[in-house]
Amino acid sequence: MSQKITSYPGHEITPEDLKASKYLEIIQKVEPKYSWAAGVAISRFLNELKEGRLIGRKCDQCERILVPPRMYCERCYRPTDSWVYVKDTGTVNTYSISHVGTDARRLKSPLLVAVVEIDEASPGMGILHTLSEVEPSRVTIGMKVQAVWKPAEERQGAITDIRYFKPFEGV
Amino acid sequence: MRRRVAIIGAGMTLFRRRMLETGKELSFEAAKMALDAAGLTLKDIESVVEGSAPDAFDGVHMKGEYLIDGSGGIGKPYQRVYVGGGTGVFTPVAGWWNVASGLYDTCLCVAEEKMSPLHPHPQYAFWSIFDQILERPLGTTLLWIFSLEMRRYMHKYGIKEEEIAEVAVKNKGNAVDHPCAQLGAKITVDDVMRSEPICSPVKRLDVSPPSDGAAAVILASEKVAKKLTDQPVWLDGVGWTLDSTHWTNRDLAYPEYVEKAAKMAYKMAGIKNPRKEIDIAEPYDPFDYKELHHLEGLQLAGKGEAPKLAIEGVSQRDGDMPVCPSGGLLGVGNPIAAAGMMKVCECFWQLRGEAGKRQVKKDAHTAVAQAWGDLMQVGTVTVMRS
Amino acid sequence: MPFKIGIVGVGYAGFDTMTPGLSTRELMFEAASRAYADAGIDPRKDVQSFICCTEDFWEGISITDEYMPDQLGAVLRPLCTVSSDGLVGVATACMHIASGLADVAVVESHSKASDVVNPNEIMSFGFDPVYNRHLDVDPRFLAGLEMTRYLKDSGTKREYCADVAVKNKKNALSNTRGVYGTNLSRETVLASPNAAAPLTELESSKVIDGSIVMVLASAEKAKKLGDHTVWVRGIGWSSDTPVIEDRDLATAAYAEQAAARAYKMADVRAPVSAFDLAEVDDTYSYKELQHLEALKLAAKGKAGRMVDSGSFDRNGKLPVNASGGSLGVGHLLEATGLHRLLEAILQLRGQAGQLQIPGARKAVVQSWRGIPTATGAVAVLGN
Ligand SMILES: [Zn+2]
Repeated sequence: MSQKITSYPGHEITPEDLKASKYLEIIQKVEPKYSWAAGVAISRFLNELKEGRLIGRKCDQCERILVPPRMYCERCYRPTDSWVYVKDTGTVNTYSISHVGTDARRLKSPLLVAVVEIDEASPGMGILHTLSEVEPSRVTIGMKVQAVWKPAEERQGAITDIRYFKPFEGV
Repeated sequence: MRRRVAIIGAGMTLFRRRMLETGKELSFEAAKMALDAAGLTLKDIESVVEGSAPDAFDGVHMKGEYLIDGSGGIGKPYQRVYVGGGTGVFTPVAGWWNVASGLYDTCLCVAEEKMSPLHPHPQYAFWSIFDQILERPLGTTLLWIFSLEMRRYMHKYGIKEEEIAEVAVKNKGNAVDHPCAQLGAKITVDDVMRSEPICSPVKRLDVSPPSDGAAAVILASEKVAKKLTDQPVWLDGVGWTLDSTHWTNRDLAYPEYVEKAAKMAYKMAGIKNPRKEIDIAEPYDPFDYKELHHLEGLQLAGKGEAPKLAIEGVSQRDGDMPVCPSGGLLGVGNPIAAAGMMKVCECFWQLRGEAGKRQVKKDAHTAVAQAWGDLMQVGTVTVMRS
Repeated sequence: MPFKIGIVGVGYAGFDTMTPGLSTRELMFEAASRAYADAGIDPRKDVQSFICCTEDFWEGISITDEYMPDQLGAVLRPLCTVSSDGLVGVATACMHIASGLADVAVVESHSKASDVVNPNEIMSFGFDPVYNRHLDVDPRFLAGLEMTRYLKDSGTKREYCADVAVKNKKNALSNTRGVYGTNLSRETVLASPNAAAPLTELESSKVIDGSIVMVLASAEKAKKLGDHTVWVRGIGWSSDTPVIEDRDLATAAYAEQAAARAYKMADVRAPVSAFDLAEVDDTYSYKELQHLEALKLAAKGKAGRMVDSGSFDRNGKLPVNASGGSLGVGHLLEATGLHRLLEAILQLRGQAGQLQIPGARKAVVQSWRGIPTATGAVAVLGN
């Protein structure tokens, strides 16, 4: 604020004011509804999730394998060329221990979230997911993890068909 | 034919968790104050730009239309521009092109955010910024991407949480001298470290609050500015850049988009050595580590080296390059779009020597304001000179 | 120096009631790829600014610019949202070019209306939450109010509004992009169910999906890019009050103001005789009449009669919405202004096919943002 200005507009409302109904509020529920077309790339990705597999798209120009897949390469600005299956294992790029939910309310038990770089995709190709079956204090950047899938009959073609990632146990 | 553009007036409301005023009224208060400061009335204004972030906060579709009367846009060429959290610094950028293009001689730029209407919490609006198919089903919150980014930044450069906490201490301390501030306080690194974990490594005191508020500036062409004031502040450089949608495919340790935006603005302003030529920086600090991240993107610190600035005193208000002398979002508050504009207002007041108790010690002639937004994705930058 | 900015490339995709096979981003990629090929440019090298005209609630995403860069070739480039109709995006691109910020700028807007399950509710969210939203009615009630007031103040016959729908839906039969082209009688239009009386359903445009991309360039740069440049000679945009009770519902003040600005830039002194064609907003039938009068293409209260007498037919004195307009082609939400600009550009390039108006050299295009706004833009074009 400029020192030339001596008064500042605005009136604060406190939680007590609201409790005492000192000011009026109009309460409305805004409920927009959508049925988004997933499109070519993500429809295939979701269908493969249902089969318990991860798939990417390859761009022949920059030779990157993109996960999640897309029908165009944003670097080369051209259509991508082919579908490539990738492993359901990966490396933790970064992680966090979340104590709050979507609406900022505290969760009963904290949730481990991570960006997982998927094996066989190009370096840096991560997806957002959660981690489990591991103590938060044991998670590290660079840790190898693997997808834990829902049983086939429960899978719906959604990102949640992967329940979470857990520490890699294979060879 | 580019024309030089000046800021000739600025204004802002209090920033508070919840305000009595509606978004329209907040816009009006800030705009009126900026007009008064410039010695103008709405009649003198040829075009209007409004900046406001998601419609979801207010639950009003086409929020830009809803805000027209409060922002003084009736009967005028009016645009609402929007790049998420980057909007506040982007709003005067849009004003800049209104004037620099030669289309208009005066432009009123208002940035407003009323976050409190959304229940149960303003954070909920951020759920709908995530990919609706691949990310929202996981129960995302905005805090996740910040904490994921902070962790990656710390890991890559071996930075400690305590070093990052110095930024919160500095900015909340600076805000004590800001009459509009919501969370000015003298705190210690210990306080930050002991505050409740929200999304580790992010703790309560690492984060700026949700707020209501508005801020505004008046822009004028060189010809008009010179008639109206002896102390124009020149908006000599503007830049903005968006990175890819796929944030999980990106290097989270370094904001390349801020670098690109800064280089665009520096080139326009003829700045060759930013660290030497810039006297004051107001980088976006919704989280303490973000100030550091952004200082590196702005080329004001080497990669991984920004934490030293606060610790060694360089970025303190009496330092060689004060950073967030306003108190930043961490201290003044974070009504999204208005917060970025607050930074532009602060640079304006500092460069005119009107910042009172907040006035930096050094003789300042060049300042940079920067905001960030979207999915770790957008940088907006303005360079100002007295 | 006269204002002159070139439109050097156009591309579009969609123009259908549904595009279930493609995501919004994939639809945009198609449209953008075509526009870049048309302009002969590489977006990764040749473009300095990208502008998207979108609204969050139409997308179902907060901060929609997040999802725009990749498919436009705009990654790590200046890109922004202008929350307005596509023509305001074109105005923004013009300012970017005039200020020297860009030699080449790209504007995109789209409608993915088929993704939206409850569009009427979303339109209702645009009304003032305190004063208007409690009205639990079809949001087009505002169109009904405006139409009633327009008919009374202008002395226009009710039937003439229906004639607008008849004309535009007939024109759309020859347009490959037209979804709602049909031959109807005035009586059929009048007898269709009420949307918001007196407005009927056949006088109310229906949404379709589509993405449109335009490439603009400075005069100097345009000379190097192909040989079908159409020039923007003037552009204006304006807004009336958002308080609907405060508006003069009979007239389109925003269109008058926007036109005055665009005409001044383009030095248009006698609009009636200045253009070979006009594409004006016809979201609802009476809107075309209101807008024609605001643009001074018809005297106050005379637009309806001129429609009736055929003055605005494709072979009339001034073809208006020869494309079929929004009533005939379909409404593209925020991309509507770009759609109409596209139709005018194809005419001025001589690429309008069956729709071609012989010798078309000058055009005026106007947009309106729809209910509940009083915001619109006007562009004057020449080849
Ligand atoms: Zn590639």
